Amino acid sequence: MTEIWQGFVEAVKLIISFDPEVMEIAGRSLMISGTACLLASLICLPLGSFIHFHNFRGKRALTNVIQTLFSVPTVIVGLFVFVLFSQAGLFGASGILFTPVVMVIGQMILISPVMLGLTISALSGVNKELVDTATSLGASGRQIAVAVIREARFAIVAALIMGFGRAISEVGCALMVGGNIRGVTRVMTTAISLETSKGELVLSIALGIILLSLALIISIALNRIQQR
Amino acid sequence: MSLIEVVGLSHSYGDQKILKNISFSVDRGEVLALIGPTGAGKTTLLRLIDLLEVPGSGKIYFKGKSIPESGKQRLELRRWMAFVLQKPQVFNLTVYDNIACGLRWRGEEKARVAEKVDHILGMVDLKGYEARNARTLSGGEAQRVALARALVIEPEVLLLDEPTANLDPVSTERIEQLISRIIKRRDTTIIMATHDMSQGQCFADKIGVMLDGRMVQIGDAKRVFTLPQDKEIANFVGMENVIEGRVIANTEGIVMVDVGNNVIQTVADFPVGEEVYVGIRPEDIVLALSKSESSARNSFRGTVIGVTALGPVSRVSIDCGFQLAVLVTRVSVEELSLQNSKEVYASFKATTVHLIKKEAD
Repeated sequence: MTEIWQGFVEAVKLIISFDPEVMEIAGRSLMISGTACLLASLICLPLGSFIHFHNFRGKRALTNVIQTLFSVPTVIVGLFVFVLFSQAGLFGASGILFTPVVMVIGQMILISPVMLGLTISALSGVNKELVDTATSLGASGRQIAVAVIREARFAIVAALIMGFGRAISEVGCALMVGGNIRGVTRVMTTAISLETSKGELVLSIALGIILLSLALIISIALNRIQQR
Repeated sequence: MSLIEVVGLSHSYGDQKILKNISFSVDRGEVLALIGPTGAGKTTLLRLIDLLEVPGSGKIYFKGKSIPESGKQRLELRRWMAFVLQKPQVFNLTVYDNIACGLRWRGEEKARVAEKVDHILGMVDLKGYEARNARTLSGGEAQRVALARALVIEPEVLLLDEPTANLDPVSTERIEQLISRIIKRRDTTIIMATHDMSQGQCFADKIGVMLDGRMVQIGDAKRVFTLPQDKEIANFVGMENVIEGRVIANTEGIVMVDVGNNVIQTVADFPVGEEVYVGIRPEDIVLALSKSESSARNSFRGTVIGVTALGPVSRVSIDCGFQLAVLVTRVSVEELSLQNSKEVYASFKATTVHLIKKEAD
């Protein structure tokens, strides 16, 4: 117990003193997951809006599939991306396996269903009578879509934050396609996993505190947004 | 040419027929009130006129032209109308942005939008509310925003769906004053759905009574209230006294109707032997403690069997061999000491009695 307490104190010291290794790993995590979140939102917001505003055959089935993929295991996504980008894979020639780029791709694939599904439900949550109001006030189809998206803006932001939360906290995909290479692809979750297995608790606890703090910030942000 | 003409309009939701063969027309600047109980189809009719839905069958003509097929032309047509929904719907934006949205969607210049919104804010008494989020407003204020948002686009046709339903009396009065101001300008054609008889009577040039998806009577507002075509309409337009009877004499237009133990006189043209309903509005009956010497041809002695206070007036039920409901002022109730078992005389003029032919069941 004393050892754990000492580890905790040392970890806090590492954070307060802006330890270069801790900061580098945390910074890389934020960069990779932030980029994945940004790119996924650029795809998911228009695609989610398209699915919501258009009626087509199989729309309900597609929505069900998207919802099922909310909880796809991270290692399955890792395996899928690994197969695609390994030397024998479809994109093997690109040579980006074990780089941050492929980690961003993996996290994008991982969080897209959540972002897409929550965007669709955010748009569906807009009162039908508000759509009628916009229509009756002379809005065109595009103007109605903009009005609905604007109306659902808080729920959509919540969807993006949820996606970011899932990306930054996953370990399976990052480990499999990133390889946890020090100084290159090591992120908070993979570092915690490795350092703990080595018995080096101080760095693990320091990164764990940062990760938990991020989770707390995300949770507070979500709560505040959902209250609006 | 009528501004709007509806011909044989029917509409269903699934198996449920909401509108059944509705036809009517509205002229430019006219105010038409659609009155009817909840579920009569008033809202659906307004939605079809506003092109929010495509009718199952029948036609709607605007300025003599039928509704275009193309989305762009439908949008253009919709843009000269404005629809205020029953439940005030506001966007999660400021009051200013809510009111400005219709103008922005029409591509109006920023300065012009500001000028028009400012003017309309004054009209609906919401100056100083510009920056408030519309979602934080009370029901009455939100309805004023909804009305302002509709008026600011200066529509040729204003569709109002129960604009004062769910509002408190003070808010209702403010909205009614606003509607009254718009009507006075006479440049906007208004179709208003309401179940409030007094609103219909107060604002409309023409009243359409809707019951169970049918337009059962349409015409001059005063006429619909005083001369309903059948018993159902009579009940709905507040003609509370509808008594079954049979015509027993017709002398130079004065018709005698046997209503059981009594005879009611009226001015009408019905043949002897005709089975009829006698309709008398409760506000047309006068109560007195002795037989009055007035010109009223009908005067019946009866007993008070109930007094119900309705704010400034009271409804007094009287048994004169047949039952009568009478509206009297609260002061009269006190002066005549009206209470159960009190004997009174109920009088009404022959000209206020309306006869309705009894249809064979």
